[in-house]
Amino acid sequence: MTSLDVGTAEAAEGVNAAVAMGDVMQKIAEHKGCGTSGGSGKASCGSGAGEGDLPTEIWEKVKNHPCYSEEAHHHYARMHVAVAPACNIQCNYCNRKYDCANESRPGVVSEKLTPEQAAKKVLAVASTIPQMTVLGIAGPGDPLANPEKTFKTFDLISRTAPDIKLCLSTNGLALPDHVDTIAGYNVDHVTITINMVDPEVGAKIYPWVFWKHKRYTGVEAAKLLTDRQLQGLEMLTERGILCKVNSVMIPGVNDKHLVEVNKAVKSRGAFLHNIMPLISAPEHGTVFGLNGQRGPSAQELKALQDSCEGEMNMMRHCRQCRADAVGLLGEDRSAEFTTEKIMAMEVDYDLESRKAYQEKVEEERVAKVAAKQEELATLAGAASDIKLLIAVATKGSGLINEHFGHAKEFQVYELSTSGAKFVGHRRVDLYCQGGYGDEDSLETVIRAINDCHAVFVAKIGGCPKNDLIKAGIEPVDQFAHEFIEKSAIAWFKAYLDKVNSGEIEHQERGDAEIRQGALINAA
Amino acid sequence: MTLKIISSQCTSCSACEPECPNVAITEKNGTFVIDPKKCTECIGHFDAPQCAAVCPVDNTCVIDNAYPRYQAPA
Repeated sequence: MTSLDVGTAEAAEGVNAAVAMGDVMQKIAEHKGCGTSGGSGKASCGSGAGEGDLPTEIWEKVKNHPCYSEEAHHHYARMHVAVAPACNIQCNYCNRKYDCANESRPGVVSEKLTPEQAAKKVLAVASTIPQMTVLGIAGPGDPLANPEKTFKTFDLISRTAPDIKLCLSTNGLALPDHVDTIAGYNVDHVTITINMVDPEVGAKIYPWVFWKHKRYTGVEAAKLLTDRQLQGLEMLTERGILCKVNSVMIPGVNDKHLVEVNKAVKSRGAFLHNIMPLISAPEHGTVFGLNGQRGPSAQELKALQDSCEGEMNMMRHCRQCRADAVGLLGEDRSAEFTTEKIMAMEVDYDLESRKAYQEKVEEERVAKVAAKQEELATLAGAASDIKLLIAVATKGSGLINEHFGHAKEFQVYELSTSGAKFVGHRRVDLYCQGGYGDEDSLETVIRAINDCHAVFVAKIGGCPKNDLIKAGIEPVDQFAHEFIEKSAIAWFKAYLDKVNSGEIEHQERGDAEIRQGALINAA
Repeated sequence: MTLKIISSQCTSCSACEPECPNVAITEKNGTFVIDPKKCTECIGHFDAPQCAAVCPVDNTCVIDNAYPRYQAPA
């Protein structure tokens, strides 16, 4: 099947399989506790699992969507085009005035694009990054508050780059009005940000919404919003469109309530739930930033995600990216594709070479899964209640292939006798800049991975190595350029052996900090 | 009177542009401006000026006292 055929097949599926998909979605919704135990070592069933765990129709939709599949996010890239600047609601965690090229959070972009510029940019990126499989429209406002621009962009791209998946992210207020148009463009992934299902809670998050020519405030606004969000979610899942629900965890405001949200969206057929930490640095000038509302710690976030898992698939690999992000989820290549640069680029959109590249990616991916399974088999029979976290420096492809000092983020895996499970990531400053160490940056890194027992790296210098050991974090570099999960399981097996022989004593680690603020793009 | 947009506060989000019943709002030099000849403060159309109701930055779409109060045609 050529990539073109994939597009056509999906188009046909959108028409013919809507009814059948409804059944599938129901099955998924009923499919509780798809297992964090059981030896597969997956991150969470839908978002992390391989083909064997999901119905084929669903697997085909998520397997190369980095946001809907944890496994895919190591291999496939996405891009957002900032064609939708207007918004129809106000959130206390958002401030549209602040705009900085180093600022990495939703709602912020360096430049907005016309649909025509966006279409050119997609072709330019797709030609440069052949593993870019998904185009999303995520703002910087709300895509459905800019319906003409959003759908014009989808229209242009579906003609010129039919193999690229279309995706959008909305606050849901205008969603019920546009579901048929969304289905018409074969958009099969939609994200709705749902922070509450109780208007009393909502009134603390949303100062106002603008609907049918009127600004609503307080509980009335929140009631309107939650009704429209849940109605839109139901309408999408009825049509077989995969829905991800994003929720911002705001301690003291909606943290406990998000368990209710989880149940509400699951019962309406949502595929994946992404609980993200509040970003509220005072310098962003948001209401929450200015009134001192804190975000959750790493442990608080994980505890909430864990408590919702089993209820449904949890996303833990979200990087809360900008509305003009380009690249793998952990990297940002948007600076390579400014409007000025893309307009000067000669674009050769070659479906065949994209397809060939992606086939290579699939081979790599299969090898990674096989290696993990093989290593996991050697852990069979080991009995231990020990669960611990490790941090990994990686550039992608599921490999331990990043120097400790060059890592912009660490991926965090939870190890137990069930295997290695991806549970999150931690952003850090570039520790190593210009070849010499900087103590303050090292402290930042240690605070960010303080809950981890070990950090796996391709390479690490002598000084940071000693400081990590002093902080109780074991630097591990003997698995350089090997597969993450396979290596982690091998290390964990040896760790258990040492505990059992009495050579070391297992100790719990403390909490860690979720880092906020600007992403430093120094290279 | 008419409404005006305080350009130093405008985020150029464009939310106001399609809401204006008089097509009085256009983009100029990176921010949005209201044509005072066309603005009716939404009188006769809506209860409140739409640009101010949808604007994400408080006190950015404001009454411009430099112009006389809009009179709805009899």
